[in-house]
Amino acid sequence: MFDKLDQIFVTLKHLVMGHLPAAWQPLASAVISIALIPIVFPGLFAIVTVIERKGLGRIQNRYGPNRVGPFGFLQFVADGIKALIKEDVVPRAADKMVHFLAPVMMLIPVLLAYAVLPFGRKMVVADYDAGLLFFFAVGGGVELSVFMAGWSSRNKYSLLGAMRAIAQMISYELPLILSAVTVVMMVGSLNLSEIVKHQNQYTFGIAHWFVFSPWGLAGFLLFLVASLAESNRTPFDLPEAESEIIAGYFTEYSGFKFALFFLGEYLGMFAISGLGITLFLGGWTAPFSFLTWIPSYVWFLSKLLGIVFVFIWIRGTLPRLRMDQLMNFAWKFMLPLALINIVVAGIWHYMGPDWPRWLVCSAILACAYGLLGLGLMHNQKLGKRIYRYAE
Amino acid sequence: MSLFLVITFVVTLLAAVAAMSLRNLVHCALMLAIAFSGIAAAYLQLNAEFAGFTEILVYVGAIAILIVMAILLTRSGEAPEKSVLTSGWLAGVVVTVMVFTTLGWAVLNSTALPPPPVEAPQATVKNIGDMLMTRYILPLEIIALMLTAAMIGAVIIAFKEDGKSKSSQGNETPIQIGNQPEPLPAGSVESRKEGVA
Repeated sequence: MFDKLDQIFVTLKHLVMGHLPAAWQPLASAVISIALIPIVFPGLFAIVTVIERKGLGRIQNRYGPNRVGPFGFLQFVADGIKALIKEDVVPRAADKMVHFLAPVMMLIPVLLAYAVLPFGRKMVVADYDAGLLFFFAVGGGVELSVFMAGWSSRNKYSLLGAMRAIAQMISYELPLILSAVTVVMMVGSLNLSEIVKHQNQYTFGIAHWFVFSPWGLAGFLLFLVASLAESNRTPFDLPEAESEIIAGYFTEYSGFKFALFFLGEYLGMFAISGLGITLFLGGWTAPFSFLTWIPSYVWFLSKLLGIVFVFIWIRGTLPRLRMDQLMNFAWKFMLPLALINIVVAGIWHYMGPDWPRWLVCSAILACAYGLLGLGLMHNQKLGKRIYRYAE
Repeated sequence: MSLFLVITFVVTLLAAVAAMSLRNLVHCALMLAIAFSGIAAAYLQLNAEFAGFTEILVYVGAIAILIVMAILLTRSGEAPEKSVLTSGWLAGVVVTVMVFTTLGWAVLNSTALPPPPVEAPQATVKNIGDMLMTRYILPLEIIALMLTAAMIGAVIIAFKEDGKSKSSQGNETPIQIGNQPEPLPAGSVESRKEGVA
């Protein structure tokens, strides 16, 4: 019974396809699989915006939206209608064509990235052998669209925001990819379904998730921080720092184009969290063997919401970094640590399944963390901040 | 050749021509990105998955961004008034066509090339990985070492922060922009400044 519930979407799809003539079936299969992505994830986006505003409100001791619908949970409908009926202002000096194409260009790569993510057992749209490579490859399109938006607006704030965004995305892509490399080394495949399958084993009832090992934990934390930066979230939201450059690269966008940027940003965040889940948190697998009866897609979505909750929590807690701190952190701390983590993963693989490898790998990582942290804080004159007030 | 492949080639060639002939440099860079994506799409339709993805990762994700950043950092991006084509472009086209025809004729009639294999080789990701790890392990290792060394070298150069440049900034006279506001009476602002010890 639980198996049927687990495969309910796959069964439904086959049921629909059974009624179609055989010539249409490949096309219908593709359309049904693809159609789910732009339905489910923008829906999730709508819900997450409300949850984020409520959560931030809770953190900042206020109510958050509470007028539309029960407890304000229908706020996203009002926001969507507002975005649709607002005037679309295009600056006179703007490069009209590029200005128009930028928000569309932002959404395409982000939606493409979902194609290779396994959402559940046998639920993946395009099971490429080089799925991980595909995910990182299409990510490059986002940078180009950010540049298009910033440059075409002919606004110095937009241009500054775009340059910040590109510099940040390029810098954090390195630790992101290098932390994912460890998983590829262990599994020996770039296929994301294969990576999930490798983690779908249980010892003493606990899953073989990669996060339950020293290199996996380090890799997951590196991946999490880098994905925060890649999706321009606080504390790495310099490209759209409101207090400095208004709204960064989408300063000159209004109405639904603005909403598209907003959507693209959140969809990008979900996609990269989904990749993090697939690589380190076992994808759609259950953490304990006695919980495997819960459908696989429920696990995937709950893990995704869990990571999004952490992102909201971080946004409510940490202040924004300065540009030089951001760059220093990426190049002087995360990049060396990611390189060391690759070496540690190699050591882990060749030391055999005994307990010494736990000790050695953890010790190397802890030492590297400490030394790199000391190096980063060297000459920074960090200390207790002293305030002086007027009498 | 399938219809989709022909469309891909036409789009790629048009984008490449636009990348050469448009006046605005940024438009040229964006067109170049489209041409790169077209080449990647052609690879994908020829079942060369790995090559296609790598093309996008390297050329669209890195090279196009590099070009765009170079344009941003060097010039204002204003389009030139007159056409970018030189007056002798017709002669250039004639010479190019002649050279291309000669080269193509020479390559097609050459006996130095081995005859094309009857059966297309299987270029799956697994095969490429196996070849990289066995037959081409030495070039791979050399490239990997060089890139890692370059990366670590860059980080080590950046690791030393010279305190001089920071302290000298305070002595420079600030750039005057527009009407400067009158300085406030002493004591009101000074005492409120945050001191970071």
